[in-house]
Amino acid sequence: MSEAISALKNASFETGIAQIREMGAVGMITLRGDLSAKPLQKAAVAAAGVNLPDPRQCQTQGQGGMAWMSPDELLILCAYEDAHAKLADLQEKLAKYHALAVNVSDARAMFEIRGPHARGVLAKLAPVDLSPAAFTTGMFRRTRIAQVPAAFWLHKEDVFHVVCFRSVAQYVFDVLSIAAQSGSEVGVFQR
Amino acid sequence: MLIVSCPCCGVTAEETEFHAHGEAHITRHAMDASDEQMETYLFMRKNPKGVHFERWRHQNGCGKWFHMARDTATLEVFGTYSAQTLAPPEDLLAEIDAKRPGWRDRA
Repeated sequence: MSEAISALKNASFETGIAQIREMGAVGMITLRGDLSAKPLQKAAVAAAGVNLPDPRQCQTQGQGGMAWMSPDELLILCAYEDAHAKLADLQEKLAKYHALAVNVSDARAMFEIRGPHARGVLAKLAPVDLSPAAFTTGMFRRTRIAQVPAAFWLHKEDVFHVVCFRSVAQYVFDVLSIAAQSGSEVGVFQR
Repeated sequence: MLIVSCPCCGVTAEETEFHAHGEAHITRHAMDASDEQMETYLFMRKNPKGVHFERWRHQNGCGKWFHMARDTATLEVFGTYSAQTLAPPEDLLAEIDAKRPGWRDRA
């Protein structure tokens, strides 16, 4: 089997006010369907290893996780190697129901923004209120980063995880790195 | 700049996360329509200065379509509501009546 390579081969930017790091290959499965349907909920929870997230939330545990993407869409996170098996299992469990599961691991790139200025870096690029009072741990947001669609969640305080399309991975990395260049602190979210 | 609340996912954001898709509640004339009806359906738009009902999509968010009532002159957003409807909800119309008396005559 061919070797899986992430979009930017774990590129990182360390010399700014926050650390930007491509997180390598991450398993991602898009699951669409009626999120209130019990069989879909059960299958999703089994695949992700976490509870069903509330709207606009993300649940993670280790490499597993699940994010609420829209009223009829979930994003299941897992180890890259596990995505195929989890997808097959999901499709088998949901064969009789109106639902769609697709492995999108290779269509996406994932970044981490780490550091006390992480909120400030992201707030320069996304039209989202990222103040500590408004955006709390576990919150998930689909939005745009500069000119491209992206989604992110606050993994834990000072650590954001960002998901974007693989085709714009270099753009997102560059724009995050520019927003994190040294000396560019805005400081509005400083505790 | 418009501040929009998506009725589908509950996110409130500024307009660059959304995309406008023109006037709402247009009757879709189809195969057996007359030329005049087809012209109305395809080309005739109100383009009012004031209260306007529009179709919007949460482009960079949940991706869902919805409706929005806003004032094209002041950019005030009166409210958003489901796309699965043929007319604006009554409570929203009442609110607009209170804020813009006589708007129905100009619409």
